[in-house]
Amino acid sequence: MTNLSILIIFPLLTTIAILFCRNTTQIKWTALLGSLIQLVLASLLMYSYYAERATGNTSQMLFEQRYSWYSALNIEYYIGVDGISVIMIMLTAFVVACGILISWKIETLTKEFFFLLLLLSVGTYGFFISLDLFTMFFFLELAVIPKYLLIAIWGSGKKEYSAMKLALMLMGGSGLVLIGLLATYFNTDIGSGVHTWDLLKIAHLHIPYETQLFIFPFLFVGFGVFTALFPFHTWVPDGHSSAPTAASMFLAGISMKLGGYGALRVATYLMPEAAQHYSWIIVLLATIAIIYGAFATLMQKDLKYINAYSSVSHCGFILLGIGMLTKTALIGAVMQMVSHGLMTALFFGAIGMIYERTHTRQIKELGGLLKTIPFLSSVFIIAGLCSLGLPGFSGFVSEMVVFMGAWQRPDAFHRIATILAAASIVVTAVYILRAAGSAIMGPIKNEHFNHLKDATWNEKIASVLLIVAILSIGLAPFWLINIISPDTQLIMENIARGAIGG
Amino acid sequence: MNTDFFILMKPELSITFIIFILLTLKVWDGIKENTTLIHLTNFLLLINFLIGFIGNSTGALFNGMYHTTDLLSLEKNILNFGTLIISLQAFEWIKNHKHVIEFYILLLTTLLGMFFMVSSGNFLMFYLGLELASIPLAAIVNFDLEKIKSSEAAVKMILSSAFASCMMLFGISMLYGTTGTLNFAELPQLITGGSLQIMSLIFVFTGFAFKLSAVPFHLWTADVYEGAPVPVTAYLSVISKAAMVFVFISILNPLFVNAQNVWYNMLFLTIVLTITIGNLFAIRQNNIKRFLAFSSISQVGFILLGISSGTHMGVTASIYFLIVYVFSNLGAFGVIALVSAQTEKENISDYKAFYKNNKTLSWIITIALFSLAGIPPTAGFFGKMFLVTAGASKGNYVLIIIAVLNMVVSLYYYLRVVKAIFVDENNEPIEKVEGNIFTKASLIICMAGIILTGFASVLYDYINSLM
Repeated sequence: MTNLSILIIFPLLTTIAILFCRNTTQIKWTALLGSLIQLVLASLLMYSYYAERATGNTSQMLFEQRYSWYSALNIEYYIGVDGISVIMIMLTAFVVACGILISWKIETLTKEFFFLLLLLSVGTYGFFISLDLFTMFFFLELAVIPKYLLIAIWGSGKKEYSAMKLALMLMGGSGLVLIGLLATYFNTDIGSGVHTWDLLKIAHLHIPYETQLFIFPFLFVGFGVFTALFPFHTWVPDGHSSAPTAASMFLAGISMKLGGYGALRVATYLMPEAAQHYSWIIVLLATIAIIYGAFATLMQKDLKYINAYSSVSHCGFILLGIGMLTKTALIGAVMQMVSHGLMTALFFGAIGMIYERTHTRQIKELGGLLKTIPFLSSVFIIAGLCSLGLPGFSGFVSEMVVFMGAWQRPDAFHRIATILAAASIVVTAVYILRAAGSAIMGPIKNEHFNHLKDATWNEKIASVLLIVAILSIGLAPFWLINIISPDTQLIMENIARGAIGG
Repeated sequence: MNTDFFILMKPELSITFIIFILLTLKVWDGIKENTTLIHLTNFLLLINFLIGFIGNSTGALFNGMYHTTDLLSLEKNILNFGTLIISLQAFEWIKNHKHVIEFYILLLTTLLGMFFMVSSGNFLMFYLGLELASIPLAAIVNFDLEKIKSSEAAVKMILSSAFASCMMLFGISMLYGTTGTLNFAELPQLITGGSLQIMSLIFVFTGFAFKLSAVPFHLWTADVYEGAPVPVTAYLSVISKAAMVFVFISILNPLFVNAQNVWYNMLFLTIVLTITIGNLFAIRQNNIKRFLAFSSISQVGFILLGISSGTHMGVTASIYFLIVYVFSNLGAFGVIALVSAQTEKENISDYKAFYKNNKTLSWIITIALFSLAGIPPTAGFFGKMFLVTAGASKGNYVLIIIAVLNMVVSLYYYLRVVKAIFVDENNEPIEKVEGNIFTKASLIICMAGIILTGFASVLYDYINSLM
């Protein structure tokens, strides 16, 4: 698997194949098969990545492909991966496959549902592998609009409002990114008035300090909207809770990571000096998001809202890691992206599966589920424990790394931010344990709960896949750290060079 | 007068020839069947479109009054193409009409006027073309003869057109007064930015703003669009607008290059107002034609944004966007024309639950609207991106921020229509609507265009190579 374009072409072919399916069974199996093969492809990619690195290839990006696209504007179809993108691609493949398994029972407009879901994944894969800013932006926007339709058509609750809010806020975010990218483009003179969108080339140019200060906020806030940067997080609770299960898994699991990845790879990497200049604001906003998210979660009565608000809090750790600008913290940020992606997908999956059976997500109406549906209840509890950062699960490892990285900043401001962020974990424990306690344990609150059926084969596979992934990070984090570490090193070097140069 | 005349003026002669054939048919009165007439005209238009690609050359006639280049030939091909598509889509509406031949004669006369306008090398020629393009247009706006709204639209159109022409003529006369010539080749050196010349720039600019329906000269647009038959609305919003943009491109920067600062500021204000007000009004519309009218106003704002850069990049981006715009807007209008012809429903609320009975048509109009909104992977995304990129080359980020924020606003109202189609409930959704083979063909062409023109960079590179 060294031809990266397959990662985009294959899901695209799957979506087209779905259009030609005749009945629901065919559609589901095509989608599942497609996503599973994609998972295999992603694993192969990871294997070849390791193999290539083992041969001593230390170039920053591997498996590069470069074709001229719009030559007049110097736009290229330029793709390549480093450790961070490989990991994000694995995450996407996992979540998409599980999302499709969990949506097995979708009855209305099945074809359209799977079509849009897979189209979303095309956008995401493309975003993670592109190294040309224009191409990257193309894929970023491609991953917005299908979400609107997914939520507005198959969602629940105030779905139309939430879908519109999500679409507009994310488009607003990508609009800010666009402004930032244009400003970057016109500030990259690579000789005789020619500009470039090439990410790596721009990283090695020295964009003037004042210009960086102008561009960075657009890029960072723009991507920040995707990853629930306070105060642009308001689409998260509504969007997540109205979305159908697979879409919330996708949204929280992958979509929000687009922002984190962009903030790291584009904003911080290209504008290192500005990142340092503004880092205190990022840290401040991230800390607010962490604490605010945690306390807001305390007040929620709906399971999906609990997970949605806790996502705000958890994504705060990603931004905190980026804002701290130490190597360890950046590694932690990337790990938190992966960990949160898997964990929240599992959590939304579990909530969705429970909701499908009990038809309620209100904590006070649920109870005693462990007795009737033990498998699903266990999945819920595992997801919850991972979310509250129990050692052994991925959540603990990644948050720990973020804190360790954050602690390397010795001044009082960063120390206080770190302490406050760490303290929020206690709050997390409260809401998770309370939700699990009253919804899963305790007496059976409703007669009809006695007749619930436990997970079906597809739901079991999906849950087990995600749990295995979570445990493999939680118990053996070194493989993840090893694959990320060289690339965060490069980003740090760019920052250090910026500091000397400026 | 030699063979040059026939080669250079081939597009105009070709259209004139079709008009003559139609006139002869009218006088001869041999073909009684409406459908035969329409098919014949469509066939002629197809031939005319194909001829447009063969043997184009560069040159000037009548002492520079008329000139043509490869770029201008391309622009005429775009107009020919749009007219052909509209004619295909008009089938459902015109087939029961009493005056098929008159419709086509008037339509093609306006097209002829636009060709002269695009090719003009002199303000007199330009004005001649402009009037040839405007007056018959008002007549076909009124082509639903029994509808009062149509007549109202036509009157509004002709009055505002006349007013715009007045403004423009006044501006041109001042230009003549200060320079002593109306020839495009001589004007750039003579226009030095004196105060009377600035005054004339303002008047010419205003005239254009009227014709392009840029804010604050947009008020006629919505009423005219609403009153006109759907194919005519499509013609107004695509072909007529595209032709005006083409002329605007070849007049504004080439002639007033010495007054660039002045017109840039005028354009800046116009763009901000046009995009913002077009969007804000589009939000509140219920009639889908009025809705598209306001959305097309804001699209014009984006085109002006590309032009404002005053560079080749801006011109390329504008022409490229117009091609995409032809595909997208005609994709949307094709569906609307079909629904309107068969059910007479033209409100957004009528489109609620449209998806229930018309799956393919729903996707077509959705993709077309997404393309107008600039959502990837449609070509509209690329078009908007290039316009904004061209606009940003001046380094005026205030303008870019306003434009980008407006893209978000525009997404809101496009999504409103999409929501009506897919999400909303309706007890009486529109019945299954079926077009004939020509309508289907036109829609397929539009869809193919929307999807392919973005990914294939060939088109953009081609336009760029013509500069």
